[in-house]
Order: sequence, then structure tokens, then C-alpha cells
Amino acid sequence: MNDYSILIGGKAGFGIDKSGIVLGRFLNRLGLRVYIYRDYPSIIRGGHTFSIIRVSKERIATHKNKVDFILALNQDTFNFHKDRLKDDPVIIYDSDSVKLEGLSDKVRPVAIPIAKIVKEEGASEIMRNTCMIGAFAKTAGIKWELLESVFRKEFARETELNLKVARRGYDEAKELLKMEPISQGILPLLSGNQAVGLGLVKAGLNTYISYPMTPTSPILHYLAEVADDFGLKVIHPESEIGVILMSLGFSYMGKKVAMGTSGGGFCLMTEGLSFAGMSELPIVIVIGQRPGPSTGLPTYSAQTELHFVLNAGQGEFTRFIVAPGDTEEAYFWSAQALNLSWKYQIPSIILTDKNLGEGVFNFDINSIPDVKEELPLLWDRKSPYKRYLNTESGVSPLAFVPEKETVIKVNSYEHDESGITTEEAALSALMSEKRLRKEKYLQEELGKFNTVKTYGNKGSQSALLCWGSNKGVCVEAAASLGLKVIQLLALWPFPVKQFQEAIKGVKKLVCVESNATGQLSRLLKISGFNVNEQVLKYDGRPFSLDELEERIRGMVK
Amino acid sequence: MSQINLGTYSQNTWCPGCGNFAILSAVKAVLGELNAEGLPLENIVLVSGIGCHAKIVDYVNVNSFYSIHGRATPAAEGIKLADPKVKVIVFAGDGDAYGEGIEHLIFAAKRNIDITLIIHNNRVYGLTTGQYTPTSPLGFKGRSTPAGTLEPPLNPLEVMLASGATFLGRGTSHGIELLKRLFKEAIMHKGFSLVDVLQVCVTYYNMYEYYDKRVYELKEHNPLDYNQALNKIREWDYNNSSPIALGAFYKKEIPAFEQKFPEPGAAAADRDQKIKDLLKASV
Repeated sequence: MNDYSILIGGKAGFGIDKSGIVLGRFLNRLGLRVYIYRDYPSIIRGGHTFSIIRVSKERIATHKNKVDFILALNQDTFNFHKDRLKDDPVIIYDSDSVKLEGLSDKVRPVAIPIAKIVKEEGASEIMRNTCMIGAFAKTAGIKWELLESVFRKEFARETELNLKVARRGYDEAKELLKMEPISQGILPLLSGNQAVGLGLVKAGLNTYISYPMTPTSPILHYLAEVADDFGLKVIHPESEIGVILMSLGFSYMGKKVAMGTSGGGFCLMTEGLSFAGMSELPIVIVIGQRPGPSTGLPTYSAQTELHFVLNAGQGEFTRFIVAPGDTEEAYFWSAQALNLSWKYQIPSIILTDKNLGEGVFNFDINSIPDVKEELPLLWDRKSPYKRYLNTESGVSPLAFVPEKETVIKVNSYEHDESGITTEEAALSALMSEKRLRKEKYLQEELGKFNTVKTYGNKGSQSALLCWGSNKGVCVEAAASLGLKVIQLLALWPFPVKQFQEAIKGVKKLVCVESNATGQLSRLLKISGFNVNEQVLKYDGRPFSLDELEERIRGMVK
Repeated sequence: MSQINLGTYSQNTWCPGCGNFAILSAVKAVLGELNAEGLPLENIVLVSGIGCHAKIVDYVNVNSFYSIHGRATPAAEGIKLADPKVKVIVFAGDGDAYGEGIEHLIFAAKRNIDITLIIHNNRVYGLTTGQYTPTSPLGFKGRSTPAGTLEPPLNPLEVMLASGATFLGRGTSHGIELLKRLFKEAIMHKGFSLVDVLQVCVTYYNMYEYYDKRVYELKEHNPLDYNQALNKIREWDYNNSSPIALGAFYKKEIPAFEQKFPEPGAAAADRDQKIKDLLKASV
């Protein structure tokens, strides 16, 4: 058996999140494939934080409710999660602060006096994690040398002390099983947010502007960290309104720019979005969904902004909306969203969520079709420049300031080809048609891409339909139940032809979404399609594999 | 002076006697002068908000960014940061800059980003036909406050001084020579500059006579002295009937925001290798 789930938990501020990632990296080095679910409250200290690290021989992108290991650094971890234990589970706990009560005989407890060890070594309290990881390594039968090399990489500060504390934990534990290394290439581990950032950079991002908001702040942090490597400008202005207007200024100057936010921040951006539509200034917005309305559950996940982003902003204009489902798609489509926004001079929206953004997945760059920075349509300098030249495709050639003896005017009012305000009736209709005509060409171009993907048993008459981060759980559940999966990547313009192709032979379409009203079902209805069943979840938590299997089993028999 | 034609084919729709004409003439004259002195016109971007003032960008044949209400400032900041050699001149109304957009104005001043704001401060909403603005005097009877406003005005220059602006001046639409001097000085100033123009709306709030009686030009004033500047800025609070000083109140030379930004260095060719390196580090 190679499929294990490990839960590590403790108080917020105790380094649980970092420990989850170190554990994930450590197991990744065995050649196992890794997925990490991170669950934390919207507070800096206290409360309960946990991560579930799931490993398998195959690629995975979802967690299971039932776990094989619980690593309990406090009593809450034991109390809250003891029901998750499977048959024959292991619980490693800090015997100085956790009391195990009411456990079945099948559970194998590993008591480690973590508080005592940390005190004896003169280590800080946060190193309790280190001690726990050491104990886990021994329990899982993993060689000390591997742990040591991961620790040397992960802990630049106090490396020796960390190693000493980990070794004490290692020596204190006993080996209960053997997690064997697997001989397959080791893949990097990335969060969805990191993959989005790298994809944008790949397609030539010049500037990233963002106001911090969970769950996309990590893109801001990541790009700020690597800004020097890529010659990026990374700016954190006064508000999301400042973010989008500043971005439009960069875009006007020919600089490729992207922003990140969540639903609440996007509320503030909508006047700027509409301005981008009217002025035909290309911008990219990453929206990490989380449950609302309003502040909602800030650190949890949802798929509730589909119709918001479809309809945001006054007036009618062309926009591109894409929802990647894993790190590879996040990378590829973030790059394409930037390219497409410049090719058509439209806003592109990358719809992610907390599960994709902050979840940690393997990333295989070799599985991604090559994606490059593309040049937008540029002015040929042969005729006098008109920023809004009315062309067949609706796309006007671009020129950027400073351009000798050339005046470049953009305008939020209705305007003529030169960008001068107009209220003339025929011209207003013409310019509106010009802007909307771009959608047809964009839709045609999207036909070149895999915007509707299918997985699983392609002959099955029952199919799960999903979008965004539910891809991973749907693909795995369908595999075990013998179903087909249809995943929608491009949500607007709606990929009608590709979708028609994908549902051929399907008699029962089950739409799986993380919202209460079935937003994708509603979009399908507008586009002329119907689903047969809905599986909805709206408690902020992702579907686990076991939960989804249970909910769909009866529907598809 | 300048021989170049800075006009456009756009028909001017300001009311006869509107104070905006003085601003338009002064700006055109200054742009002509700067051009004659060697500043290429293509290195200039005009930015405006929404309101009567904003039509000015349609009337000047120079690069322009016609923004939305209250949001001229952040767009101007983006333009400046994208290419620091470009001169960015922002036109905004009092409702626009001091009302809906004051957050951005305060932050732009705080950053000391090198952009110039010219505020068409007529102290009334013109385009929406006569409501009070952040600088209307207490008791102003507008269409949304028929019994008079219940709140005193902001002193925008005092707010800007406190926020970190490094050039502050005031003129009126009855003093075009002073406007030209102030605009030029503000544009050439390296840092955040703002000129509050007491521009008169002849239709909804005709203050020509009121201003003509009270204005005087600053003399023997040291704009490098913060306390002198503050005292002069506080003399008239946009509400009382004190004398109204005109001229450059404050000037300070410190590094501008965009100068502190690292210039992008990495070429696209490096990009793929750097991505590979980052991925290798993520194993």
C-alpha cells in the first residue's frame, strides 16, 4: 500500500503550516506523489490549524477524510480529529500535553515527551514541530539521512539545533511500518498560487499589483520575493480601486500587468473592470474564491463568484474567464490569460479558489504544452495612428507612449477611433459592435485549446461535471466508480462546440460544485445545456475523496 | 513662443465664461514653452477624472488617459511608474480629487510620486448640475442641500501638506499669468505637486467677484519653510472671509517614489532558466 494520509495539527502560530510543507517535501523525496490540504482559521494566534498530507504512488489532488497518522501537538488535535482514524492507525502525540482517551485497541499510540525534549535542548517552542517530524520519520521507517538532508534545505536558521531536536524525536519513537522509496522522478511541489505567479511570469509579466487578501496574498508575497530574478515591479497600493487603476496606467504604457484579489476586493475593482472594457486596456485579474457573502469565511474555499465575474462591471464588453483545476493548468492558463488579454485587448479573469491557491500539489512542467510570451498587434506606422481603429476583428493596433509625433488617447467615455469623446448615435453603435465583435474571434481562437477536458471511463453514460479545484477529487472518485469526468476550463466565452463533443453519449450529467446554488448549472442553462443532478457543498471545506464517493454512489447506479 | 498647434477637432462644450478656459490656455502655453525648451510632446501624458474639467483632455492634442470619476490619480501613478521619464499631468475636479478620490490623492502625496495635479476647484458639482462639494462653504445651498450644508469644507492644501506633498500652490481662473508660472513650476518639480485653482463655475457658483476682492499674491514668503507654508495655508480655510493668498506655498526637494523603484533588469531570455531554477528549488 502506498496511499497514506497524515494529519498534523496544533494552534495557529505554532508553525503547523510550515511543518505540513516540510513533511510533504520530505515524503516527496521518497518519490511519492503529494497533495497537502491546509486548514487554518482567520486569526494569527490560537484557534486550531491543521494540514493533511496525502501521499500516493500516482498523482493526486485531493485529500481523504480518513487518515492513517495523526500527529497531535495539542489536545485539540486529538479531540477534533480522532474520528478520522482508519483501521490500524498511528497516533504520535506530545505525551507532556496530550491525553489519549477513548481510543480503540487498534490504534497504535506513539508517546513522545516533546515538551520535555524541547526544554532540555533549550529550543524554542516552535521546534516542537521538528521533534514531531523526527518521531514520524522513525515511526514510518524512513532513513534519518533523508530527513537530515530535507531539514538542511528547509531550515536555514538554527539548522543544527533543529536537527538535534528532530533526532531526539527520531530516537524516542519506534518503527511501526516501512514507507518505501519509489523509483520514479521526483517532481517539484508548488501551491496553486505559485503556479499562477510563474505562469504569468512565463508569458512576460512586467508588473504585479495587489492589495493583500486571502487567498491570493501568497501570489503577492511570492512575486515580491522573486521580483529581482525576473525584473518584475511588485506594488501594493492603498486599495483594490488603486490596484486596478494603477494597473490600467501600466497597461496604457504597454506593460503587461496582473492583479490578485478575492471576491470582496473584486467588488471594488468592478468600475475599473468596466473601464478596461471601454478603453480596451488589457489586464489580468486573479480571483481566489472564498465563501461569502461579505467577509464570510475568509480562510476557506468556495466556487461562488462565477456569475459575479461573468456579469461584473456596467455595460457590455468582451471578457475571458478561465478556471484552472491544478498547478499545471494554473501555470498554463495564467500564461495564456495574459497572452489572450493582450491579443484581444480585454480583461482576462483567472478564477481560482483557496483550495487550489493554497493547496500544495506536484508540478510537472514537462506535461504542459509549451507556452510563450506573444506579441500583441502593433501599429505598423504606415498610416496616422488611431487608438481605436475599427478593424474587422475589432482589435485595433497598439502604440505606446512615447511614440514620436503620435498622440495616443484612451477614454472611459464612448469615443471615436482617435479616442475623442462622442455621443453621436451611429458612431456609438459602431464602437459598441467593435468591442463586442472581439468575442467571436476569441471564441474561435479558444477552439485551438483544450478548454473542455474529459477523464476516466470515456464510455460511461454517467459523467461528473466540474470546474476549478474540484477536478482532482472528481477525477479520482470517477476512477473508482467507473465514471466519466468532464472539466470546464474556459467558462467564458462558453466553449459550446467542445462541450457538445464532451457530452456525446452521456445520459446522466452530475454537476459537482462548491456553492449552494449550482452556478455552473446555471451557466450551462444559459448556454443551452442541462444537468441531471447536482452535488453541492457550501461549508467552505473541499470535498474529500471519501465524501464525494459516498454522495455520488447512489446517483449513478 | 510655441508655433505648434495643440488643439483638436473636438468641439468645446464649456459654458461661456467658464474658468476652465483659463486653465486650458495656461496649460497649452506651458506645454508649448516646455516643448520649445526641449521636452518632446510625446513624453507627456495628460490624465483626467470625470466632470466638466475632464473634457480638457479632448481639447489638447497630446497623449491622454480619460479616466473615471475620482480615479485619475492612481492611473497617473501607474503611468509614471511604468516609465519614469514621462511627464504626467493630472486634471481633476474638487468633487473628483477631494471627494471620491481623496484616498488616492493622500497616498500619492505620501509616496511623493512625481506627478502634477491641477485641481479645477469650482467648489460645486457642475456636470451633475449644482450640488455641494468637499470645498463648498458651510451652509452652501445646492440641489442636494436646499437648506444649506451642515458640514464645513476641507482645506485641501492643509490635507495635502499633512500627507507629504512636496509642491503646493494656488491660483485663480482670473490670473492666467500666475497659473502659467505655477503650472510650469509644478510640472518641473521632482515629486508630488498640486496646484489648487479657484476656477469659477459661472452657471452654478459664480465667485469671480468674491475672489477678486480677496486674493493677493504671496510676497516675502519662503516656500521652503514648512511652518510659514502651514500658516499661509491656514489663513483662508475655504470657509471664512479672510484674504486669499495665491502662489507657491510649499516646496521641498526629496527623492521621488519612482526613483526608488528598481528598474527591471532580467531579459526574457533568462526567464525560462530562472523558472527552471525555482522549480528545482521546490523539489
